[in-house]
Amino acid sequence: MVGATAPAAAARTDEPVLVKVTFTVNGQRRDLELDTRTSLLDAAREHLHLTGSKKGCDHGQCGACTMIVDGRRINACLTLAIMHQGAEITTIEGLGQPDHLHPMQAAFVKHDGYQCGYCTPGQICSGVAVLEEITAGIPSHVTADLEAAPQVTEAEIRERMSGNICRCGAYSNIVAAMTEVAGARA
Amino acid sequence: MKSFTYERPTSPAEAAAAVARTPEARFIAGGTNLLDLMKLQIETPRHLVDVNGLGLDTVEPTEEGGLRIGALVRNTDLAAHPRVRKDYGVLARALLAGASGQLRNKATTAGNLLQRTRCPYFYDTAQACNKRQPGSGCAALDGVSRQLAVIGGSEACIATYPGDMAVAMRVLDAQVETIDAAGAARNIPIAEFHRLPGDDPARDTNLKPGELITAVTLPKPVAGTHIYRKVRDRASYAFALVSVAAILRKDGSGHVAFGGVAHKPWRVEAAEADLPKGAKAVTDKVFADAKPTHENAYKLKLAERTLGAALNQARA
Repeated sequence: MVGATAPAAAARTDEPVLVKVTFTVNGQRRDLELDTRTSLLDAAREHLHLTGSKKGCDHGQCGACTMIVDGRRINACLTLAIMHQGAEITTIEGLGQPDHLHPMQAAFVKHDGYQCGYCTPGQICSGVAVLEEITAGIPSHVTADLEAAPQVTEAEIRERMSGNICRCGAYSNIVAAMTEVAGARA
Repeated sequence: MKSFTYERPTSPAEAAAAVARTPEARFIAGGTNLLDLMKLQIETPRHLVDVNGLGLDTVEPTEEGGLRIGALVRNTDLAAHPRVRKDYGVLARALLAGASGQLRNKATTAGNLLQRTRCPYFYDTAQACNKRQPGSGCAALDGVSRQLAVIGGSEACIATYPGDMAVAMRVLDAQVETIDAAGAARNIPIAEFHRLPGDDPARDTNLKPGELITAVTLPKPVAGTHIYRKVRDRASYAFALVSVAAILRKDGSGHVAFGGVAHKPWRVEAAEADLPKGAKAVTDKVFADAKPTHENAYKLKLAERTLGAALNQARA
């Protein structure tokens, strides 16, 4: 058994329960002792001071918290930090830096893929993962032939990005940015 | 969120025993539904048993020519599996019609079966809801019921089962494999897995306390065009108002189940003989006992037209 704590006594106390967890964030090993309730998003923002990932809805509806965990994009608000013992986590801070942008970050700047910027870290993490999902042959709701390799099309990008909401409405420019990165890669 | 203790067992039997022996314990897998409900204090477990260390994450052929899907296979992986895409297209399509990419990367096969209703009165803790708080009443009966059940409901509850995957599994005659706290395994036909609300809407399924889903098995593939049509308020990332999971052949014969209409995936096998006569003949029988509210009667016509569209697609 890993990370076990003694089951609670019968009476509900609401005392915080602390559990140790170790994972790698943006290539750096991090050892934390966290309240079991801490989401991966709060662990990053409040404990590691990586505030790039944003808290929008905190219920998995907006995608502003999207991180790449063990190679997959997930909603960091809807997972417990302590469930990620040994995980490899990439946040927006790990994708690129102001003087060394990730190609997706550069394309968002070039194509004006944001206005207020609040959803942008999640959009970029999701965008990077979406192109990897298409390359890996994972189908989507709009893939016409389930047995054929999916292509990078506007319809595919829009469907796959539906878990990232942008209230400024920068969607068309986000599609342009992702399309450019996909083309550069092909 | 209320505080809770946490453990991560390494065998299914150990996990089932842990939930059975600990008061107010719950399994957690992807967590995408449970944690949402815990933040709202609709679910308040005192102890979480993390099943992500149990394995149960492979898809394997069965001796009968079907597939055995581990409980922890993620929705993304199941939808992308070559055998599922080739032989069980209705299942791949249903999975891809659900949630968002981020959620499908986390959500598991077992957890998807167990996701709870999105009835707005279940979610609003200031409202009466027999599913959330037994005996408090059902505010939905005279409330905003546009999204809710048109058939199989009761005076206590008109919530719908929200998922897509299970509707496809219903038309595929899947079986749910479980293990209980004593280590005993059983197979539950998908038709008997989810319950109707009756006078006990708090129970969504026929699982026993501590019983853990270990796999879902599919029988050998059924020939025909595999179709999942989902009608929703926006083009992506929304729950079904009505969905149709169907396997249809050129001669008009086939099988069909409906989502978004009841407390469980809704299928009436006896109506399937009428598929060659067209959609209305089928939905007249499938929904013969429907009791829609004034706000959701549209679902009956929508179900007929969605099946009609599926029949057209199969003939094309």
